[in-house]
Amino acid sequence: MGHRVWSLLFLSVPIWGIGSIVWAIADLPGMERHWLPANINDYGQVIDSLFNFILYLTGAIFIGTGLVQFWFLWKYDAQSNDEPIKFVHGNHALELIWSLLPAVTLLFISFVQLNAWADQKMRRPILSAGPDGVEGTADDILKPPLVEVTGRQFEWRYRYAGKDGVIGTRDDVHGVSELVLPMDEDVVLAIKSEDVLHSFFLPNLRVKQDVVPGMKQFVWFRANQAGIYDIVCAELCGWGHYKMRGLLRVVPSQEDFDQWLQTAYEAQELKSYTPDEEAE
Amino acid sequence: MSTTSVASPGHAETGSSMSVGDFVRTYVFSLDHKIIGLQFLFSTLLWFLVGGLLALGIRWQLAWPWETMPVIGPMLFSGGASASNMGGQISPEFYTMLFTMHATVMIFLVIIPILAGAFGNYLIPLMIGADDMAFPTLNMLSYWFMWPAFICFGASFFVAGNGAASGWTSYPPLSSVPEAAPSSGDAQTLWLLAVTSVGIASMLGSVNYMTTIIQMRAPGMTMFRLPMTIWAMFITALLQAFALPVLTSAGVMQLADRLVGTGFFVPEGLIVNNSEPASGGGQPLLWQHLFWFYSHPAVYIMILPAMGMVSDIISCFSRKPIFGYKPMVYAICGIAGLGFIVWGHHMFVSGMNPFLGMTFMTATMFIALPSAVKTFNWLGTIWGGKLQFTTPMLFALSFVSMFVIGGLSGIFMAATPVDIFIHDTYFIVAHFHYVLFAGTAMAVFGSIYFWFPKMFGRLMNERWGKVHFFFTFLFLNGTFYPMHILGAVGFPRRLADPYHYQTFAHLQPMNQFMTICAIGMVSVQVIFAVNFFYSIFFGPAVGRNPWNANSLEWCAPSPPGHGNFDFQPIVYRGPYEYGSPEVDTDYYPQWQAPPEATETAAEPS
Repeated sequence: MGHRVWSLLFLSVPIWGIGSIVWAIADLPGMERHWLPANINDYGQVIDSLFNFILYLTGAIFIGTGLVQFWFLWKYDAQSNDEPIKFVHGNHALELIWSLLPAVTLLFISFVQLNAWADQKMRRPILSAGPDGVEGTADDILKPPLVEVTGRQFEWRYRYAGKDGVIGTRDDVHGVSELVLPMDEDVVLAIKSEDVLHSFFLPNLRVKQDVVPGMKQFVWFRANQAGIYDIVCAELCGWGHYKMRGLLRVVPSQEDFDQWLQTAYEAQELKSYTPDEEAE
Repeated sequence: MSTTSVASPGHAETGSSMSVGDFVRTYVFSLDHKIIGLQFLFSTLLWFLVGGLLALGIRWQLAWPWETMPVIGPMLFSGGASASNMGGQISPEFYTMLFTMHATVMIFLVIIPILAGAFGNYLIPLMIGADDMAFPTLNMLSYWFMWPAFICFGASFFVAGNGAASGWTSYPPLSSVPEAAPSSGDAQTLWLLAVTSVGIASMLGSVNYMTTIIQMRAPGMTMFRLPMTIWAMFITALLQAFALPVLTSAGVMQLADRLVGTGFFVPEGLIVNNSEPASGGGQPLLWQHLFWFYSHPAVYIMILPAMGMVSDIISCFSRKPIFGYKPMVYAICGIAGLGFIVWGHHMFVSGMNPFLGMTFMTATMFIALPSAVKTFNWLGTIWGGKLQFTTPMLFALSFVSMFVIGGLSGIFMAATPVDIFIHDTYFIVAHFHYVLFAGTAMAVFGSIYFWFPKMFGRLMNERWGKVHFFFTFLFLNGTFYPMHILGAVGFPRRLADPYHYQTFAHLQPMNQFMTICAIGMVSVQVIFAVNFFYSIFFGPAVGRNPWNANSLEWCAPSPPGHGNFDFQPIVYRGPYEYGSPEVDTDYYPQWQAPPEATETAAEPS
């Protein structure tokens, strides 16, 4: 095959590459729902924006280098190029340009991320600004976790704080597999593991946190759409890793949640011992 | 496994008069770097086949979960005698083993040893003009220490659990608590022993490469006259020497946790699978830090030599000096240096202090810089050349094209907030397959076609080489490119059946397409295998320099005898003087004396 065929083969890389991604983003037939799943977290939007920002930037570079490579292959084939080769060993100015430009761009990309990263992993929602009255200082009163999530081979267990808002007291509500949470509220979860590593992954909320035995992690988010969503285990935890599925049910309001919690509490108390029996 | 009997047809005529002892010394426990290189090459190519078949098992399950594999399914999982073999299905335990051993084999037994072991061994003395390695006995041991690894990895398939299955990253407590999984028992112990042995083998190799490159260059071969391949091998050896001991120690620590009751990695108070681990007081994240402190530099061990070889091939078939030799060298050094301070980017969501995530992100972003510099310089090299579209050139060009994809997708992961979403999804799988298969493996194919005439004195078939390239290129993109799209949906890695999640249920057709491409990709390697073995015996015989290349290995006989050179090469210039106006030919070899004898024969190094 001649050089033209090979040049076109390399040209097809950016064409197919960009084309299939555009196809997926546009949700066209054959690739419906083949891109970022719906985001229902107020704090997750920024992740999608950053993803898209990097996508456009890298997409442009992908097309650029692909076209340049194609053109050079097309033009400088030994059989059709009669001119003598350009006998050069490099170009200092060019090297400077193509070092400094990416350097500045990369520094920019990385600074742009910092705030979002801090929001996701460091700035836990607060109840109040604390004694000094200034938010963002060390004496802020952090919002306590609403639920303690425990990963174990191969299920998720939940312990809701109950009416007193404190986990570890007698009015805690226990659940397995389905996690119920209120919409439009800042929710903090404490997550831990009792055996091996797991990872608490909520694709629709752009939340992922590995669960490490011996450590307690916190995640927070604010769901803005009621419905039922997947909870995925995203860290290999053994042969049954694939089936460690949980469900997240977001109920429309705090009242709905309180009501559900009360019902769950009553159901749980009916089934278990009363305090008097326990004392005996 | 007979790795050596076909290795050296050039010496075949002396075989009949050889005693058994001579044969063993020449071909089995050989001290000759070329034989050792070929031993590595044949062993790793065989393991490449094993790793590829393991990958097909993974792909089968992802395309048609719980369905019997045609023909081989019933053979592999007949009866249902044990819990893991149910009526021809791939069981979840088996699936977990498949991806663990696929990665393990490909990384520890294929990519690292084929680059450093096979090409490093074969090319370093030839390209610097030395008669052998500095320490031939160490060199021999570096190959024979691979054998305990081959045996232990192989044996782990036949003990309880049928192969290690806690991922190639082997994160504790899953890996270190025997009760945690069926395969966390003896299979995991064997896995750790094998990795330790691979570590020793690489260590012996790297000491040798560094010494040889520093001490044994031919007269006139200054550091800045070294071919890029040698620079890359040199930096790779440094990476191995300084990063590997950490993995080896971590492996020994995990072995101690398992066998003698220490508590490095398992915390107190766990209940794993209804039993209490014997030890406690450790920290699982410690393993991750130690593991990635080696395994991130290892990523560069797996790409730098490929970059070096691609640079040599591209310059040769562009008939033009490489663009920006020194910036290319500095870029390799930059990648290696930064490579030591970015391991934390594998741990952004691990529970590590989020402040660390910020510094690791910035360092990681900057790895893209030397990578970009290299890419631009490769494009600069083909600019204005006279390109010859030979098979090695096509593979090298595809390396550049594919490396761009693998490099750019890395920026998504370096960005910590974006990584929260794509971590442990197929986006990551897409990224490292573009770097390791579409990048390194394609470069390895190109290098085999390129240096084959030197190794065996014969050419591989060009036409079939191009057919092999064309289909491999198509199928690899069909297999790996859609993984980006899966990853954008959040499709997780390592799930035996992802389709019971509502978020991923509709992704099965795309996975079936990828599996068909993967089957195609593995199948077309038959073309390569036939071409390779046929050409060893029946390919057209060639002289010393079939490609009209410049570097020193091409002035030795093909294949070179013991001691490599039949004259003392003296180096007059760099290896990339193609199309120089000083001579009439379009190449100007390093060993060719300048027309006027007035020029001094180069300063000794």
